[in-house]
This record gives sequence, structure tokens and C-alpha cells, in this order.
Amino acid sequence: MSSPVIAVIVLFISLGYFFVGIRVTSGLAPNGMRYQSRPHYSGLFAALLAFLPSSFLLIVLSIGDDLVFQQLALNFVPETVSTTEDYKEIIVLAQIENVVNGINFGEQPEWVYQAAEAWQGWLSTSSILKTGSVIGLCLVGGFYGFLKLGPDFRSRNAVERIILLILASSSAIAILTTIGIVFSVVFESLRFFALVPVKEFLFGLTWNPQFEGAERAGSGQMGIATYGSVPLFVGTLLISVVALSVAVPVGLFSAIYLSEYASSRVRSIIKPLLEMLAGVPTVVYGFFAALTVAPFIRSMGMTVGLDVASESALAAGLVMGIMIIPFVSSLSDDVINAVPQALRDAAYGLGSTKSEAIRKVVLPAALPGVVASVLLAVSRAVGETMIVVMAAGLAANLSFNPLDAVTTVTSQIVTILVGDQEFESAKTLSAFALALTLIVITLGLNFGSLQIVKKYREQYE
Amino acid sequence: MSEPRKGIILPQVAVSRVNASLARRRASERRFRTYGRIAIGIALAFLFTLFVSIFTKGIPGFFQYYVTLEVVIDREKIDPAGDLSVQSLYDGDARGIIRSALYDATGAKGRSGRKAAGKLISLGAEQRLRQAILDNPSLLGKKVAMKFALDDDVDSFLRGYISRAVPEKDRRIDDTQIEFIEKLQRLQLISYDFSDYLIFGSASRDPEIAGIKGAFIGSMLTLAICLLLAFPMGVATAVYLEEFAPKNRITEIIEININNLAAVPSVVFGILGLAVFIAMFGMPRSIPLIGGVVLALMTLPTIIISSRAAIRAVPPSIRDAALGVGASKLQTVMHHVLPLAMPGMLTGTIIGMAQALGETAPLLMIGMVAFIVDIPGSVTDPGTVLPVQIFMWADFAERMFIHKTSAAIIVLLVFLIFMNAVAIFIRSRLERRW
Amino acid sequence: MRAAVEIEPSNLPSFTVGEVYVDTPRMTTRNVNVFYGDKMAIENVTLDIAEKQVVSFIGPSGCGKSTFLRCLNRMNDTIANCRVEGEIKLDDQNIYDAHIDVVPLRARVGMVFQKPNPFPKSIYDNVAYGPRIHGLASSKEELDGIVEASLSRAGLWEEVASRLDQSGTGLSGGQQQRLCIARAIAVSPEVILMDEPCSALDPIATARIEELIFELREEFTIVMVTHSMQQAARISNRTAYFHLGRLVEVGETSTIFTNPKHELTNSYITGRFG
Repeated sequence: MSSPVIAVIVLFISLGYFFVGIRVTSGLAPNGMRYQSRPHYSGLFAALLAFLPSSFLLIVLSIGDDLVFQQLALNFVPETVSTTEDYKEIIVLAQIENVVNGINFGEQPEWVYQAAEAWQGWLSTSSILKTGSVIGLCLVGGFYGFLKLGPDFRSRNAVERIILLILASSSAIAILTTIGIVFSVVFESLRFFALVPVKEFLFGLTWNPQFEGAERAGSGQMGIATYGSVPLFVGTLLISVVALSVAVPVGLFSAIYLSEYASSRVRSIIKPLLEMLAGVPTVVYGFFAALTVAPFIRSMGMTVGLDVASESALAAGLVMGIMIIPFVSSLSDDVINAVPQALRDAAYGLGSTKSEAIRKVVLPAALPGVVASVLLAVSRAVGETMIVVMAAGLAANLSFNPLDAVTTVTSQIVTILVGDQEFESAKTLSAFALALTLIVITLGLNFGSLQIVKKYREQYE
Repeated sequence: MSEPRKGIILPQVAVSRVNASLARRRASERRFRTYGRIAIGIALAFLFTLFVSIFTKGIPGFFQYYVTLEVVIDREKIDPAGDLSVQSLYDGDARGIIRSALYDATGAKGRSGRKAAGKLISLGAEQRLRQAILDNPSLLGKKVAMKFALDDDVDSFLRGYISRAVPEKDRRIDDTQIEFIEKLQRLQLISYDFSDYLIFGSASRDPEIAGIKGAFIGSMLTLAICLLLAFPMGVATAVYLEEFAPKNRITEIIEININNLAAVPSVVFGILGLAVFIAMFGMPRSIPLIGGVVLALMTLPTIIISSRAAIRAVPPSIRDAALGVGASKLQTVMHHVLPLAMPGMLTGTIIGMAQALGETAPLLMIGMVAFIVDIPGSVTDPGTVLPVQIFMWADFAERMFIHKTSAAIIVLLVFLIFMNAVAIFIRSRLERRW
Repeated sequence: MRAAVEIEPSNLPSFTVGEVYVDTPRMTTRNVNVFYGDKMAIENVTLDIAEKQVVSFIGPSGCGKSTFLRCLNRMNDTIANCRVEGEIKLDDQNIYDAHIDVVPLRARVGMVFQKPNPFPKSIYDNVAYGPRIHGLASSKEELDGIVEASLSRAGLWEEVASRLDQSGTGLSGGQQQRLCIARAIAVSPEVILMDEPCSALDPIATARIEELIFELREEFTIVMVTHSMQQAARISNRTAYFHLGRLVEVGETSTIFTNPKHELTNSYITGRFG
């Protein structure tokens, strides 16, 4: 039986227990006493005991069986094949699985058919095992719960404990995700640093990743892989600086104007319009940058006699800046509104003009919050991927000139990891090292900004 | 106090000095105000340019040039096996049927003339003819007028992107072809119509028959997985943290974790998906299931944070009232707090889903960027999503792809605007004010 | 009497009793109505504010006394849906005239608020703020002189002279309020409005502020809202009693507290409500 069918059966059995549980505990118990909890809690208790363990088992088995089969299937690969140069487990497994699923791409070697046949056998065995164990566990679990039901049994408390457990374990997902991120990035990074010294990665001035094969085949400068990440970080920094020099003044002044000057009618129109900028997907910005803004900047440069790269940092940074405007403005809006009215009153009471009150009282008081929001915007800019992938290019130039083409950390990660990769090569692993530094930087910025905000809040509490 | 003391300015003096400063201060006030207006103007100008640039390119992308041909559907020719099976139609000579109709219409003669004429029509025409016969076998043996897409170079020529002034050898359309096109135009066989390929076609390297159907379905499948995982988990986490979690170290760690996850760049979630699901668990690439899981993990912090805010907004008096009549803590939450907080939670979830719908980078990491022609039938079939499709199309050089990409962007934006509108509607209509 | 010549007696609302007009008014208000949206918060208040005197506004909470106070330097402008009708004059100039700029007006009519609200800046910068924005001092020395004089007039100089560069928010509540008074008088206003200046303070700090106000009335016209009748009795020359947005009775403080003419005033000062 396939997993969805089993799931439906489990669901029905659990429903059955639910109604039986209600039925049995309605009315008086055999000894003439009343049941402690309302009947539907008794039903729910039995149903949960039937449903939860068995569905968990079903998920584990459904994900796990393929993995087991794959390992078993690899035993069928003859040594003559597995020792060849370009042998790849993934490709072999795909061949076998295709045959299993009845998809034929031409004639396959004999051992592939053997493995596929064995696979079919395992499939039917595991299907029986899976069906039996899951449905069995469902029946047993429900029955155990059913037996516990009695006049003295507080089924509501038991049900509540179970639900609480579910709630608590779902909040653990956040921790699991973090652990997953850390593990997936740190382990591969360590492997990378075993191949390339940390010092070279952090301080090297040339970024030229190559696959081992290409490295061996190539000759001369192009063939030698170097992993100095400085050009990437300089490129990221350059684009971020361009982006922030657009987003911070525009965002901050928009926020000031909207919160201090604009009438509520104007505000109610302009604010959603600005927020629309935040809702536009980054791939759209990337398209806009590559197709409209970059050529425009290039032709503008031509008319004044400047040589602008067709994938200039300026174009990518400018568009990224547009994307971040609503981010800066809504965060600044929050911090400006958090400045107590009493301070504004004090300023106005002394005869300040509006701009004097804002510049000399509100903004200085809101400064920590504004700084925090700028830090968050920086972390946004550093982590932004699609715009730079589409508009900033891949040339790892070490340049501080916004008219040059540069590349960034995120666009290198994407370029290296998209498509097939050998997990053993330094090139692939370098992407994980880049990701690690990216995470460290963004979390550092986030942490710093949270600390500032915390201090700032305390000031007014 | 009649003597003015040191440091005390008499009111009359003060008034005159204040008045003297007024002109300068009014000017600076105006300046400051103007800065604000300029800032808003710049932001709105950017928004306007973005939309105008997308729409001016995108609206023509919803249309393309078609040619209407009288095709003679010869039974033997199109269906050699005579069983109307897909294989038989595939073996048949649909191309020949279309070509001969085309030669008739253009009057193309000779090898080179016919070769030039053959290039006018899209390669997708044959598939269209086969599909028409599969849908309606009664067409067999008849002569019918059918509309076929023109090749993208012809399309570009008709849109005026290819100038006749360019020397023939540098042009993608030669003089013979121009002659044929003009003849077809005189016969009024060429029409500029709504592009059905855009909506119902799937990925293709030929721009005139490329469409977003596969990517759209992929997006929906991915989003469904994302919603099914992220909404219950997000709400459960929010309820736990807000209502039940003891104030201890573990809770604090979870909260810090959630805030940090919200700040992690999206591409990192893609790396997580690549390293854990694909490299470690050996799951296949490019499937909406993994895409959905990755996006769910990515949107989870958004949903948790907004759900917690919604729960916090429910006044304590309502909890006290329920607890006061003897409800358990869980009953209070389930019966009273959760229903009242639900609009806020839904709003947060929809905004999170809109984020997920537009997300590209993490899906590139898990291989949803592969070129997949088949339309995914389930969450474990390889597929792609709308933003990734846009990303791929944006890389293609053909003029027509620019239009199709922009058209796909419009479709994506329409969905996002719709989702946000729903969120705003829920927020304004269902949210209770206390 | 001067006022009697200018104002038709019939314009005085029937519900106001006592000595509305004075011989040397610094500010005059005539038939003032204040609305918040559609709600009328102040109804037909006519009152003179005498030069270099303290006038106290008393009345139960929500009676509109603070609202009326905030009309006197147009602080109500900052509230979106607040509308003021009638005439409020400073030196024969209606401050609600269209061409009047609130900036010089507020430089002449300063304000001290209920809760001490020093800027999160140094003590020096707090006091120097007003003179700086208004360009009152032409040199650093002059500004130093203004700061010192204002702080000493507010009775704070001795306490803070050695730490002028420390934050104003680090002072005690009473010191903060005196700092706010120093900040207000640094601009050399003619009128100072005080909105329950002691309500957030302990009794000792309150006593110091009261002393200070008593001294300041030599030089400034002071309008004070207070919730404490004793305070009004101790430091004000004249007292006005507000009830539900109306000015019920106004007169010499001694008269109001010993021999009120109006039934409501009597009830309030004898503690029957409030």
C-alpha cells in the first residue's frame, strides 16, 4: 500500500477510536460513578494515542525506505563500473530508479535491470512491512488509550498534556532549523579550510575558483584555482554602500515627512505605495536592474564620456537601494514614533519650528533606533541575492569604483551551487565557506542592531 | 528687579531677536520640508518607473503574431498507424501538412524558397495540430483553417524590432521571408492575438511557444506545501511561546533563535535545503516538496512573529473571564484567544506566503532552476516556480523573451497584489478593536 | 473700567460670575470655544490674565482647564482635530489670526508641562536649546550667561553648576522640573503657562517649585493649572474655577476660597466633588 493510503486508514482508525471513546464514556461508568472528564476528551485521548505514534512511524518509514534501498542497490554495481574515473552514485541510482519507475532511456547494462528487479522486491516487502507496522501501531496505541479510560481517568488533563507537548515540540523546529543551518554550513566549511588555508580565504586578493578537472586540464594563470575572498567582500561592500546611499536618505526623509508633515490622508495613500516597493519580488528587481537601469546608466555614462561596465555595481546598488527604501522608512517611522510626544511638546512649547523640533530633538533622540534600522538595512543588502546575480555579474574585480563590474558573496554562492556539483571539490566547498561568513556578518549586524534597540527602549521605559 | 542682570535678556529684546531670526528659520523650514517631498518623490518615481517599464514590456508579451492556414488533414499522412495513438501521431507527418499549407499560402517555390517559408512558422505548430486532432478526431480528412504561432524572429520583425535598412546578411529575416510575410499580411492571414501559449504553454527554448503553466503549477504546489507546514507550526509555536512557555533559558534560546532566523538571508535556507535534504537524505532535486519545506522554514519566523503579536493583542481580561468560569488554560486559549487572534495570524501568514511566492534564491539552490518541460503532477515531480522561470527567461537573448518575461512578472505581481489585498481586507474587516 | 468699555456686557456668558476683567491685562480671551472634532471641550470662556500675577485654573478633572491653557500659546495646534473659536489676544494681537506665526508667539508665551520632559541632552544643552534656536545669544559667553542666569533663577544653579555636561534625564524629578522651568525662562518669555507642574512630584520637590513660582511672579505673568486647591490658594493672585468646559467663577484668590459667589465653586472648594 502506498503511504497516502496508509495515512487515510490511520486517520479512519483514529476517528473510530474517537467515537468509540465518546460512546463508552457517555453516561455512567459500570460502577455507577460519573466519568471525570467530558466524553469527547476521552475520545480524543484514544484517537491521539492511535494517530500520533503511527503517523510518526509512517513518515519515518516513508522517508527512510528509499535511503535504505539506495544503499542496497549500490551493492549491485559491478566493481568494473564503480572504480571508473567518472563514476557517480547519483547517476547510477537515477538509472536504476528510472527502470524501477518504468521509464526507459535506451538499453541499460544488465546489472541495472537486476538491481531494479531487486528494488521492486524490496518495494513490495517494505510496503507490507510498512502497512503492517503502521496500522498495527495505530490499533495498539488506540486500544491502549481505550483501556486507560475509566471513571477515575482524567482524560482532559492527559489530552492537554499531549497537545502541550505538540505545541512545545513545534517551537523546537526553530532550533532544529538553526542547527541544520549551522551543521550544513560549518562542516562543509571545515572541509574547505582543510583544502584552503583560512588565511588565504580571508585575506587573499584573487578569487578564481576552478573545478579540479578544469584545474588539471587548464594551463597558465586561468587554470590555477585561488580562493581569496577579499574581492567578493569588497564587491558586496561597494554595492551595499551604493544601495544605502540611496535608501537611507530617501527612506529616512520619507519617514520624517510622512510622520511629521503629511496629512493623514496623504499618509494613507503614500504609505501603502511605498510598501509596495517592499512587496516586489527580488527577481523582478533583478530583471529591472539588468534590463532597464544598467543600460540606462551605461548610456548616461557614455554621453558624459565615462566608461561604465554593462554590469556595473552602480546599477545593482541603485536598484537594491530602491528595494530597501521601504525597509528603512518603515523602521525609521517606528523609531520616530517611539520618541515620546512630551519631547515634541517641550520643543514646540519653546517655540521650535517643526524642522527644528525634528532635527534638534526628535532625530537625536531617535538616533540609536535609526542607526539600528540602518544596520538591519545593511544586513538586508549584504544578504540580497537575486539582484546581484542578475545585474552585478561574476567578474571578481577588486575595485572600489561603482562604475566597474564587481561580484558579491551571494552571487558567487549561487553560481557555484546551482547545477550539478561535486561535493568533494574545493570550488563547491568554497560556497559553504562564503555562506558561513555571510551568516556571521548578517547575524552580527542583526545582533548589534537588537542591542542598540534594546538600550534605546530602556531609555524611555 | 528693574536692573537687567547679567545673562537676563529683557523680553522686549528677546522679541526683537526672535523676530530677526524668523526669516532664516522659515527658509530652513521650507528647505527641510522640500527634502521630505523630494525623498517621497524619488521613491514614487522609482516605483512608477519600475511599473511602467514592466508593463510597457509586459503587456505586448500577452500577445503574439499568429498565421491562419488552411490545412488539409490527410488521414494517412497524420496518423499512419490509424489508431489515433500519441505515438502514431508523433510518427505521422504533421510538419508536412502544415508546410504544404504554408507553401500554398505564400506561393513559395523551389528549395530555397520553401526553406525560407518553412522558417516562418513556429516549431510548436505540429504539436498544436496533433493536439487538435486528439481533441477532435472528426477533423481527420477535412480541410480546416487553423491558427499557428509565427516564429519569434517573424514576431520581432512584425513588431518592428528588425529593420529592413539593416543589410540582409545581418538580419535574422531575409528578403524572401519579408516578401512572404507581406503576402500573408495582404491575404489578412496574420493576426496579433492574445498569446495562449503564455498561459497554457510550458517551458521552452522557443520563445513563441514558451509559457508559464508548468511554473505556475509548480508555484502552487510549492506554496501549498509551504502553507501546510508553516501555518500550523507557526501558530503552534506562537501559542506555546506566548501562552505556555515557562520563562526560562530554553524559551529564551528559542526566542533568540526565531529572531535570528528572521535575519538570515534567504539564500542560506537554500543551502540548508541542499545540504540536508538533497546531499544528506538523498532526496531528488527540483521537486516542489523540498522547495515547499525550505520556503516554510524561511517564512516560519515571519508567521511566528506576527502570530505572537496577534495573540498579545488579545486583552488579558478575556483570558481572565474564561479562566474565571473554570476553563482550563488550554481551553481558554483554544476557545477564546485563538479565534480572536486568528485574523492577525492569517494576515501574517498571507504576507509570509506572498514572500514565499516571490522568493527565488533558495529555490535555485535546490535545483528548481532545471529546464523542465513537463508540467508537475505532484509535489514529488520535478518542477520549477514562477520567479525561477522569470529568472531563467531573463537570461535568454531573444527579443520576444523580454516580453514574455515581463508578462510573467505581471502575472506574478497580480498574484502578489491579490494576496496583499486579501491580507489588508482581513486586517480591516475581521480584526477586532478593543 | 477699561474692559467694560470694550466688551458688551451681554457678551459675557450668564454662567460666569466674578471679576472677569482686570485693569492691566497681559492676555485677554473673549468668547473662546474649543472643539475636539464635534465634541465641545470649552464653552464661551471670557477671561483676562493680569500682568505679573499668577492665575490658577482649578476644577475637577476633565473640566477643560488644561485644554484652555494650551490654547494660550496654541499648543493645541499639534492636535489634529482640535478647533478654536473666539478671540485670544496678546498685546492687542489675536494669536489665532491667520498671519500669526506660532514660533515667536511661543517664544513669548512659554510652557512647562505636567511631567518633567527634559531633552535627552546635557543640562547645558537643555537650557541653551531655546536661546540657540531663536538666536538670542550672539556669542558663547552670552549663551553661557543666559544658561547660568536661567538656572539660578530656577534655583538649580547651585545643584548642577559642576555637572552641566551631564544628561538632564539623570536629575531627580523635582530637579528635572526646575530644569524645564529654567529652559522656559531662558527664552525670556512674557507669559509662562504651567500645566500641573507639581503633579508628578513628591511634597518636598513640590514645595520648592511653589517657592520658585512665587518668586517668578515678580517678573513673569504665570498661568497655572493645578489640581491642588491649597497650591492655588498659596501662590496665586487670582483663581479661576472651571466646570464641564465652562468658566464658572473667577476672582481674587482670597475671595474665591473664602466667599465664593457660585454654588458649584462652593461645592468644589468644600470638597463635595472633585
